[in-house]
Amino acid sequence: MTQAKRRSVWDRLQAPWVRPALFLIGLIVLWDAAIHLFGIPAYQVPSPLDVIVTLYQEWPLLLREAVPTTTATIAGFVLSAVFGIPIAMLIASSKTVESYVYPLLVFSQSIPKIAIAPLFVVWFGFGIFPKVISAFLLGFFPVVVAAVQGFKSVDPDLLDLARAMEAKRFQTFRMVSLPFATPAIFAGLKVSVTLAVVGAVVGEFVGSNSGIGYVLQRSIGNFELPMMFAALVVLSLIGVILFWFVDVVERLVIPWHASQRRDFLVAA
Amino acid sequence: MSRPYLRLASEAPAPLSASPIIEMRGVSKTYRTRDGDVPSLKPIDFTINEGEFLVVVGPSGCGKSTLLKMVAGLLPPSAGEIRVEGRTITKPHPGVGVVFQQPLLLPWRSVFANVMMPVEVKGLDRTIYGRRATELLEMTGLGDFANKYPWQLSGGMQQRASICRALVHDPKIVLMDEPFGALDAMTREKMNVELQRIQSTTGKTVLFITHSIPEAVFLADRVLVMSERPGTIAAVYEVGLERPRTLDVMADPRFVALTQKIRHHFYAQGGLD
Ligand SMILES: Nc1ncnc2c1ncn2[C@@H]1O[C@H](COP(=O)(O)OP(=O)(O)OP(=O)(O)O)[C@@H](O)[C@H]1O
Ligand SMILES: [Mg+2]
Repeated sequence: MTQAKRRSVWDRLQAPWVRPALFLIGLIVLWDAAIHLFGIPAYQVPSPLDVIVTLYQEWPLLLREAVPTTTATIAGFVLSAVFGIPIAMLIASSKTVESYVYPLLVFSQSIPKIAIAPLFVVWFGFGIFPKVISAFLLGFFPVVVAAVQGFKSVDPDLLDLARAMEAKRFQTFRMVSLPFATPAIFAGLKVSVTLAVVGAVVGEFVGSNSGIGYVLQRSIGNFELPMMFAALVVLSLIGVILFWFVDVVERLVIPWHASQRRDFLVAA
Repeated sequence: MSRPYLRLASEAPAPLSASPIIEMRGVSKTYRTRDGDVPSLKPIDFTINEGEFLVVVGPSGCGKSTLLKMVAGLLPPSAGEIRVEGRTITKPHPGVGVVFQQPLLLPWRSVFANVMMPVEVKGLDRTIYGRRATELLEMTGLGDFANKYPWQLSGGMQQRASICRALVHDPKIVLMDEPFGALDAMTREKMNVELQRIQSTTGKTVLFITHSIPEAVFLADRVLVMSERPGTIAAVYEVGLERPRTLDVMADPRFVALTQKIRHHFYAQGGLD
């Protein structure tokens, strides 16, 4: 019986969230040790304990400010997917469209978003709009690149197969190309969602009076380092949760893909 | 062993006539690639009659798959003309089922859904053809695997599923590119007997490609022997053996003599593979 019990504890230690959690605790301990060891003053790096206390005390405020940031991130991310995937389809299906659009897209990507973010404030005011645009601009490109790659790498033999059955263009797309490209699209969406968080925060930096980005900005101005670190923690949490959400959707959509098969076999 | 015949009620055995269904006139193929032209097929003149089982044997790389893809309408010939049922083909045509050299099953579809793909694409009745798909799967020994995914099957099982897919919509013409290459010897012989039976009961026209000389002679009405790359017709042999054939036919002196004769072609040329 004790052995069974021990095994169940051991099993629980194998859960997928345990290892990163252990790793994180290790890092925090190191962080604390480094502060003591090198005598780093609190106005440069706060101690983990201070951050945790702040996180606890300011939780309602942080949670309230997380709402607009999350909303802007999700809106920007959804826009990235809604525009990115069809544009990738066009680029992959036509050499002409590709030659016109793709170079411009790459060029536009090299413009630093932070530099033009203030422009959105000029155009759209201090509301949620500039943040959404900023999140969209950062999240858009990875979706397009990944989806173009996915649509272009469809096995030509599979297209021959569809052609031999006299499949119409749309049937070939629905039955072959789209499912084939889906894993690549999800890879792009995962990168996109984390970048959308960055985009939303950039939007809040340049012109906003709400959101985690605003909290960050303000706490740096006031040298409230524990508050700033707490805001960073909340920001990472937003990113992790959204990433996890995309991951879950991926599992549901492409259970057949090699990267998901182990779970699928267990479930079957 | 009594097996259900692979026939729909509507499907009457076609009368054996000698009217040509596939005609090739001066068909040749040269692939144009970045590092120059690759001549793959010298001009070929040939006809396949309705209800005929024609088997092509030839060394690797002599252009057998190229020939099949051109007949399927997937690849335009560089010169010459291919006619199917009297019409020059420029694109894939209805009434043809193709088994490719690789199984080409879609990993996101179950085996059954893969087999049903032509039915979906062509908008045929799902109940009637669904029953046919199940029959075909059972006949090829995949009855228990209908709901599995292709990657849960062995290579030979995948290829059998792809054969079911090529036959499900009851095509008049079946093009098969080394369909049994991935099978073990015993399953392969069983599949040969099955295919021979299907073809002789339904009167389908079959163009079949293989590396195996006994397989060719066992299945064929006529065997077309191809020469090395760039391929062309080296010889055509009539196989006079009566149908239905059983595996015992392989001991028949005529069978032995013919396989011997075909084998000599390749030893004169330097091997089959
Ligand atoms: N897409 C292509 N581009 C250029 N050359 C090709 C292409 N496909 C085939 N070839 C060439 O054409 C020749 C014939 O190829 P094919 O696939 O028809 O041979 P095969 O007789 O089917 O051989 P195997 O028995 O090995 O399948 C080969 O030598 C190959 O190099
Ligand atoms: Mg081949």
